[in-house]
Amino acid sequence: MMDLLMKILIDPFVQMGTAPDLLVQTLWEGLVAGVLYALIALGFVLIFKASGVFNFAQGIMVVFAALTLVGLHEHGVPAFLALALTIAVMLVLAVVVERVVLRPLVNQSDIALFMATFGLTYFLIGLGELLFGGNPKVMIASELYLPKGAIEIKALGGFISLQKIDIAAAIIASIMVLSLALFFQKTRIGRALRAVADSHKAALSVGISLEQIWVVVWFAAGIVALATGIMWGARSEVSFALQIIALKALPVLILGGFTSIPGAIVGGLIIGVGEKLGELYWGPLVGGGIESWLAYVIALVFLLFRPQGLFGEKIIERI
Amino acid sequence: MLYREAGQYKTTYAADMAVFPLWQDRLLIGLFLFAGFVVIPLAGNDFLLNAVMIPFLVFSLAAIGLNLLTGYTGLMSLGTGAFMGVGAYACNKLTTLFPDVNILFWLIASGLFSAAIGTLFGLPSLRIKGFYLAVATLAAQFFLEWCFVRIPWLYNDSVSGAIQVPLRTAFGVPITGATATPMTRYYVTLSIVTLMTYLASNLVHGRIGRSWMAVRDMDIAAELIGIRLLPTKLLAFAVSSFYCGVAGALLVFVWYGGAEAEVFNINQSFFILFMVIIGGLGSILGSFFGAALIFMLPIALRTMPPHLGIPLGGATAEHVTDMVVGALIILFLIVEPNGLARLAQILKQKLRVWPFPY
Repeated sequence: MMDLLMKILIDPFVQMGTAPDLLVQTLWEGLVAGVLYALIALGFVLIFKASGVFNFAQGIMVVFAALTLVGLHEHGVPAFLALALTIAVMLVLAVVVERVVLRPLVNQSDIALFMATFGLTYFLIGLGELLFGGNPKVMIASELYLPKGAIEIKALGGFISLQKIDIAAAIIASIMVLSLALFFQKTRIGRALRAVADSHKAALSVGISLEQIWVVVWFAAGIVALATGIMWGARSEVSFALQIIALKALPVLILGGFTSIPGAIVGGLIIGVGEKLGELYWGPLVGGGIESWLAYVIALVFLLFRPQGLFGEKIIERI
Repeated sequence: MLYREAGQYKTTYAADMAVFPLWQDRLLIGLFLFAGFVVIPLAGNDFLLNAVMIPFLVFSLAAIGLNLLTGYTGLMSLGTGAFMGVGAYACNKLTTLFPDVNILFWLIASGLFSAAIGTLFGLPSLRIKGFYLAVATLAAQFFLEWCFVRIPWLYNDSVSGAIQVPLRTAFGVPITGATATPMTRYYVTLSIVTLMTYLASNLVHGRIGRSWMAVRDMDIAAELIGIRLLPTKLLAFAVSSFYCGVAGALLVFVWYGGAEAEVFNINQSFFILFMVIIGGLGSILGSFFGAALIFMLPIALRTMPPHLGIPLGGATAEHVTDMVVGALIILFLIVEPNGLARLAQILKQKLRVWPFPY
């Protein structure tokens, strides 16, 4: 019994102390994974805030955007033109989703809307495979001038290698979050978005068009999905397996709160780091592979103390 | 003309509270049972029993289980697949440890293990609700799935990592394993599903079901009228997981005859959730409709194009099927967001006033 406690409570920290370079390396990897989780969670939050829809299709939107980009390039379209075209495709998708799915389902229960995004997921999976095939593809990273290779830093008695693509991902994610924040705070449409998030009825009564706002948020979520797709694609490859990472974004969401953009980012970082550290130091105790559920358990523990997530709005219920 | 309550006087309280107050309804249910127990086994072939009826019944049972939780108590769960898995693995262990006991007993008893695990993972439901709870139940899904893969004891240390269903009998008749005939397996499934549907129906029409529905409609108000939330919600989790567990045990032992942990992955959970939502939340009849539609739809779509003379390659057909299923889900939701059970209700109302419009 003491031995087991020792293994759980003390040994991992001793390991951390004796090999600080490994610890820092793991922390860095966790942070990068966290940034990418946060990006997906961001797409969820944008849509949830503005329309109250729990958009399950965000994960497949990531895959679909990345596939469109790579697929267009394969057909001989220059990289940046392909990027512009993919953005156009995401805009078309946003308009179609608003027209075909959201508008007829307005005022329906949350669960019906949630279910509708499942339908959308299936549809996009079928469409993506039909158009671009189910085989994994290589992201056109170098054509988009994304850096390759790694920087090695000699520190803490060892080497820490930072992948350049990861650094780029962190920078792009920060730029994206900053520009979204600016967009929300400073522009006319951004203000309208926040108004809609506060109250649909009040927003309607001052003349804000809900339809237009929905197209804008789905388009914004599409852009976020595209950025996520490029980053994940450049790190591994573009395939439908990427969809699985969308499920990883769910604990991030409940940890940060469904309605909070800072929450999505902080949540993403906590989950990313916690998952990697847990897998490395505590995973071997139970046979490894705990990465698949650790994120959910971390989120669950946080939820028991703050049921609305770390940054979520306090839930006030009235009879 | 045929379907109306005129002339059917209720003289006792029991008759007034009956689940099917009209003789037409009772006749219809009787006909369905007759069809299930007599006509289909007589008329159907092995393919119909094996590939259509048994899975349909198993999924219906799982859908009823999830419906008790999501539809009646308003607690959304995405851990259905894992709870089904608990039932299957529990049944596997039980029948390995006690091979001489009647397998029918273990099929039911394995649900109890699932119920215990379900109750444990239902504990957070007191603090969190809605989509937050749905994501929290994913913790159960992924944790249990991990257990199914990583704990070799659960699958008897078999090399393939899969459950291998042995030959087991009940009253001298082989029920599971290769020598069991589709007919016996069909009858076993049908009997268990019929019995458990009857129990579920009684449960939701009684005091427990009403307290569940009160919690669903507004839990604070329910608390104020004297319903204790924690026991009520946990009971819903327990009963729901029990149903899912039995469905999982039937799935592996009676239908598949062997399965890996992958059968109980997150997609299975979503699949059952589709059935419940498309069939109709808070309706037992709807669970059957949903199971029929969601299970049959891809099969029908796959077999249809060749019959209509549309040539489609294997892979293309698969992708088109995905697209059509997705589009149909959206279409169903737009046409009837309350599910197929509501359509049945509307049809009933139309029949009552027929031939007049209202």
